[in-house]
Amino acid sequence: MNNAPGKENTPLAQAPTLSVGPSPHMVSRDLSTRRMMADVIIALLPVIVVSFYIFRWFAIYHLLLAVITCVSVEALSMRLLRRPPTIQDGSAVVTGLIFALSLPGTAPWYVNLIGAAAGIFLGKVVFGGLGQNIFNPAMVGRAFVMIAFPAAMGASGYVSQSTGVDILTSATPLTALKQMGQGTSLMHLLMGDTNGSLGETSALACLVGGFYLCARGTASWRIPAGVLLAVTIISSAAYLIHPTPHWTPLHHLSAGALLLGAFFIATDPVTSPVTRKGRWTFGIGIGTLVMLIRYLSGYPEGVMFSVLLMNSAAPLVDRLTVPLPLGGSPGKRKP
Amino acid sequence: MSSGSPIRVLPTPPRVVVPLRQHIGAPPEPVAGPKTLVSFGQKLGECRAFVSAPVHSPLSGTVERHTTLTLPTGIRTVAVPVSASGDNLSGRALLDEILGGDWDYERIKDVDPDEIAARVQDAGIVGLGGATFPTHVKLISAREKGVELLIVNGCECEPYLTADHRMMLEAARAVLCGALLAARACGGAGIAVAVEDNKLDAVRALEREAAGTGIRVVTVKTKYPMGGERELVPAVTGRLIPSGGLPLDVGVVVINVGTAAAIARAVLRGGALTHRVVTVTGAVHQPGNLLAPIGAACRDLLDFCGGIKPDAARIVAGGPMMGFALADLDTPLTKGTSGLVVLRREDVEREAETECIRCARCVDVCPTGLVPTKIALAARNELWDRAEKLHASDCIECGCCAYVCPARIPLVQLIKVAKARLAEIRRTAAERP
Ligand code: SF4
Ligand code: SF4
Repeated sequence: MNNAPGKENTPLAQAPTLSVGPSPHMVSRDLSTRRMMADVIIALLPVIVVSFYIFRWFAIYHLLLAVITCVSVEALSMRLLRRPPTIQDGSAVVTGLIFALSLPGTAPWYVNLIGAAAGIFLGKVVFGGLGQNIFNPAMVGRAFVMIAFPAAMGASGYVSQSTGVDILTSATPLTALKQMGQGTSLMHLLMGDTNGSLGETSALACLVGGFYLCARGTASWRIPAGVLLAVTIISSAAYLIHPTPHWTPLHHLSAGALLLGAFFIATDPVTSPVTRKGRWTFGIGIGTLVMLIRYLSGYPEGVMFSVLLMNSAAPLVDRLTVPLPLGGSPGKRKP
Repeated sequence: MSSGSPIRVLPTPPRVVVPLRQHIGAPPEPVAGPKTLVSFGQKLGECRAFVSAPVHSPLSGTVERHTTLTLPTGIRTVAVPVSASGDNLSGRALLDEILGGDWDYERIKDVDPDEIAARVQDAGIVGLGGATFPTHVKLISAREKGVELLIVNGCECEPYLTADHRMMLEAARAVLCGALLAARACGGAGIAVAVEDNKLDAVRALEREAAGTGIRVVTVKTKYPMGGERELVPAVTGRLIPSGGLPLDVGVVVINVGTAAAIARAVLRGGALTHRVVTVTGAVHQPGNLLAPIGAACRDLLDFCGGIKPDAARIVAGGPMMGFALADLDTPLTKGTSGLVVLRREDVEREAETECIRCARCVDVCPTGLVPTKIALAARNELWDRAEKLHASDCIECGCCAYVCPARIPLVQLIKVAKARLAEIRRTAAERP
């Protein structure tokens, strides 16, 4: 509205156009979907740096390829569906990064391309875009290529630190454990100079980024806490029953994709529950499934399957954990 | 921004427009026709219903032709314009009449407890924190149910507002007198004044005046929405108000500091509620706290504060979280208007709404422990029984969820829709035999 008609000599006469709108009339500035995605990217930096160091050009080209593929597939799909563009929210970049970081360095380029495209398309676009998807898109992409190209998904080597060129072929710590009963030193697991997927090798990098993410409130700390709690309890119980000095509960916590998964994959807000209890449940569920898969199945690692399984349970978990309102009592019927 | 500026008296405006329906409950009937001469404090609207309050003229002057107008809250009401005559109290004299002067605790003992509620009703007192519930109803039901504690709410109901803060600093004695009277009306409840811990000067002022009266001054954490009863009562007493219940259910009655001062004036000086303290803040040249007549145009208050700044984009009656945007600067001040907040363009500008990313910030911030995102979704899809299961009716509309939502979803609006719809469903269910 244009105010102050006929009141030229009041200070309000030069007043600007005023607007009306519903309350609240102010919003918190530093929160937006873009800002949250930017936070995830910042938090991933330590992981990315380590992967550059361990896997060199494998890491660089996989990360670039996956991000470009994810962003282009999303842009293209929205274009074809005649929907407003959504790539500016940054979520496709995050999906690309996480998908690439979950790939072994030696995966062929077409595996990356197909997986990234499948992740965005099957994992996100077909559900109706960001916020509507049930499954974590990066994990959908990874599951897709895992089924389509099982042979290409084995992590077969990383770049030697001494020469910077030679590829050292070796099993991942978890495969070595599963197939040969071999341990890996905690120091290696911490620093990341082992074989594995691009982003999973260094426990330290995952922790640093993960703490940042939780401290910013971008990821809910309850989810990683639940995962780590379940893994600690189950592996400690197993260790007490059957001690394996070369593979302690600490090894379980720091090896494989567990930390990457707990802090960066399971915490994807869209595909995890929103209630406090629901988040604990979700985290504990993932941790438990990971341990079941590690101990009982033929696979050495199970973060991806666990996340996908719990993703599908998230809506149910939310429904079963609706909190009581302040002052509410269970079973109370309103008149 | 305005907590350091003492209460100033708005110069008597040439004309006020007093809405008759300013409170929760039945609207009063007009009792002063056009061309009648009215004096300061004379009734303009009278009510027969129990849950209602009369309305009085803040000026001596002449009544003009009645009009109808829509308040920012969406309530449509008859309003009585009064043009001022030359002999109105103003400045210091008015301030002394309403808040200042001597408040004698001794006189309270002589007041008949049964009379207090009637006087409060006659003076048109309603909750001045913004809820505008007729105060005598509160006092009478408190007396019937029996309460142990009267809490005087000295927590600002919203960020930016400082009217209650100034009231406690400058009229502590009036506030405490009102509290003693209200407690007497409730059958002798204990009294606690709750003040947020960012107003320690007010705590000191109150403690000084409270010496020897048995009134406790309690500091609570400064955290929006502490001014809400649902937050305040547990913070002071440790007792949770049951869902769907009132403070009365846990033996507590809560009144605002402004209301308390109005009670003191009504009972000890026979004055009606005609003026209130309003915070004018934000993008105005001289933010401050004004003692203004109810019915004054918001424009008069803004002008007195130096006018709005060029980057002003929205004027909100009430606070920035729960207040209502003004569509017209001639909107009159009502009993429930605790502030006028002028927001700048950058305050009100919003990015476009995007999909909910289920980040759960709304869940984590909700002081009532709800799941706002799911209630909003249920409201969008018109799934009312889902909304009911999610306890939508417990929402206090504080706005915290929409404040933090990164996707800029109008959560509060959607939840309000669900609440209204559920109330309607309950009503029809109750009517059915
Ligand atoms: S804060 Fe907004 S985006 Fe986040 S869960 Fe709530 S409604 Fe969804
Ligand atoms: S407005 Fe939002 S935050 Fe406030 S009580 Fe309602 S749902 Fe909770």
